[in-house]
Amino acid sequence: MQLRPVLPVLMAGVTVAFGLSGCAAEPDPGTVTVLNSATDTAEHTKNQKFFDRCAAKFGLRVEQNSVPADQVSSKALRMASSHSLPDILELDGSELPQFAETGGLRSLDDLGVHTSGLSDSGISLGTFEDTRYGIARSVNSLALYYNPELLQKAGVRPPRTWDELRTTAKKLTSGGTYGFAFSASPNADGVYQFLPFFWSAGGNEARLDNGKGEAALRLWKDLVRDKSVSKAVVNWNQQDVNDQFIAGRTAMMINGPWQVPVLEAQDKVEWEVAKFPVPEAGDKAVPPVGGTVMTVPKSDDSEREKNAAKILNCLNTRKNQLDWGEAVNNVPTRAAAARAYAKQNPKLAPFADLVTTARSRTAKVGTRWPAVSDALAGAFQSVLTGGSSPQAALRRAQRQATAGE
Amino acid sequence: MSTATAPSVTTPPAGVPKATPGRAGSRRTALLRWLFIAPALLYMAAFFGYPLVRNVLMSFQRYTPTTYFTGEAPFNGLDNWRAVFSDPLFTDALWHTALFTAGSLLGQFTLGLALAVFFSRRFRLSRFVRAVLLLPWLVPMVVAAVVWRRILDQEHGVLNAALKTLGLTDGGVPWLSSPSVALLSAVLVNIWIGIPFNMVILYGGLQEIPRDLYEAASLDGAGPWRVFRSVTLPMLRPVITVVLVLGFMSTVKILDLILALTSGGPADATQTLGTVTYQLSFLRLDFGQGAVVGNVLILISAVFAVLYLRANRTDFGNGK
Repeated sequence: MQLRPVLPVLMAGVTVAFGLSGCAAEPDPGTVTVLNSATDTAEHTKNQKFFDRCAAKFGLRVEQNSVPADQVSSKALRMASSHSLPDILELDGSELPQFAETGGLRSLDDLGVHTSGLSDSGISLGTFEDTRYGIARSVNSLALYYNPELLQKAGVRPPRTWDELRTTAKKLTSGGTYGFAFSASPNADGVYQFLPFFWSAGGNEARLDNGKGEAALRLWKDLVRDKSVSKAVVNWNQQDVNDQFIAGRTAMMINGPWQVPVLEAQDKVEWEVAKFPVPEAGDKAVPPVGGTVMTVPKSDDSEREKNAAKILNCLNTRKNQLDWGEAVNNVPTRAAAARAYAKQNPKLAPFADLVTTARSRTAKVGTRWPAVSDALAGAFQSVLTGGSSPQAALRRAQRQATAGE
Repeated sequence: MSTATAPSVTTPPAGVPKATPGRAGSRRTALLRWLFIAPALLYMAAFFGYPLVRNVLMSFQRYTPTTYFTGEAPFNGLDNWRAVFSDPLFTDALWHTALFTAGSLLGQFTLGLALAVFFSRRFRLSRFVRAVLLLPWLVPMVVAAVVWRRILDQEHGVLNAALKTLGLTDGGVPWLSSPSVALLSAVLVNIWIGIPFNMVILYGGLQEIPRDLYEAASLDGAGPWRVFRSVTLPMLRPVITVVLVLGFMSTVKILDLILALTSGGPADATQTLGTVTYQLSFLRLDFGQGAVVGNVLILISAVFAVLYLRANRTDFGNGK
């Protein structure tokens, strides 16, 4: 009898103890902690190699903590609420404004992280309201991949304008093969792929219904109506599009340089990269610039911030940027490094060229980007599935994007 | 009723000397009782009560990424509720959730019951086939959804290939790429996923029905349909309630299946309350508005939980 109450008391005690504790251990002063999305083993190792290369110079150690890309922001928020943010936080460029707005990030200029000599697109990816909070080692964009064998068979060359894109795609379509493919899924993938069409036509993400962007929606709709593009694109993410290309079911596709390792690992189809088709000959293609930026969260310990800044400066020297760009098939943001990259990788040169005209998704609309992105996805999905006209779709999208104001 | 029996603390087994009766003793007993309840109570308060209250509070706050850094979440009255309810997407999602839940439950339950009745008879390989039918339950939802995405592909999917061979369709059914079909496709996949659960629970319930009832019924000259309606169904009622309520709870909050299958598309045709909450909270990082939709979901579930408890009480009240 005497022993009976012990168990419940013990359990109650344990519960309370768990509720009260929860303080993280102070990290070692010689260690710089990083939160990124390098969950893939190869990517994690590559990252560590560059971190180690830089940390060794200053007698430091770098500890990487990697979570899946779509969980970085929620993980970082949880860390922020328990004051355990890492010294370097690597975010997707499109997420930067939401974090910068909180005031929880350090300005890179204050920390002495040099961003001079970086391309405009690279800088804009890490900038919020004229302050640089993040630095991108390399950036990616989108270009036109094509299967040279199929193009040769049909006797066509890679299209340079939208008209050519339509006629070429039509000629390339036969049997089980479509002429062209893109991702039009109702999420970040589809929106990323729609932007180069939308922007090149003169579309404006801050005023979706300015009339210019409709041409992009019409082009997508026409391509599907011509049967040069599968109706299933509304379900395809960028990975699906690449799978279709490798399976030989599409002769051309829009995709990014991150597909290069997958394309190189197979020998079913040959592939080449061409510049993004533009509305009229002589127009400039305006693709989106994508990639991650490294930020330094505010810390009580200025020594930690200084160490983080040292690592960032080292990672972004011309040589390290170039090596990193080569390692991940992305274009270095340092203009000189980008030129060297294009020279060494002629096959991927179209990406290097595009990055000079590319724009950041958040430059104009900042923290409103997620709402704008949802609205754009709604617009192209409803046009492609036959629900509405391009004009009506963009008018509705504009209302949706500004609903909260 | 055995469930109402008081704890045996007050009646020590024979042979053990009785504890001294009186005030001190009964106070000790009371304290002891509370200590027994305490762990459960603390657990409920910490892991159910607190999150629930926080979620309700959050829906009246401006809760953004800044909150995580500064800890400040100013109250903004009904702003979040107004914003969510004035968005046409919310009404669409509510309607889709209702259709999805009703369709899924109807399909899962009917097919699950039919299979349970079928397997309650013994025949060769019945155990083996039953085990195979359980497989969908073991497959993670996301894996199932990815496989189904391939099966349902308009051009290269197995399903359309089969339909074409049978001459039932020319161009292939746009299972996931047409807004008018996509929700139906999602329901079909969810039915496939839910059948094993329904079958297993209902099969268990069927085993509990005394054999002699069936014998008596057949002596009275009842046919199979009559036996099913007058013996099986009424005897199975408590189990049916459990299956439907549990099925409802897991279906109404659906998220993973939809995200992996269609991401809510095409043209928002498969947006449910679950996907809207996810979008608001984790993509737009507007946790206040996300909490509003979450609260609506909790409210819907609560209504059904109360209905379930009441139905259960009448069942047990009748001495079943």
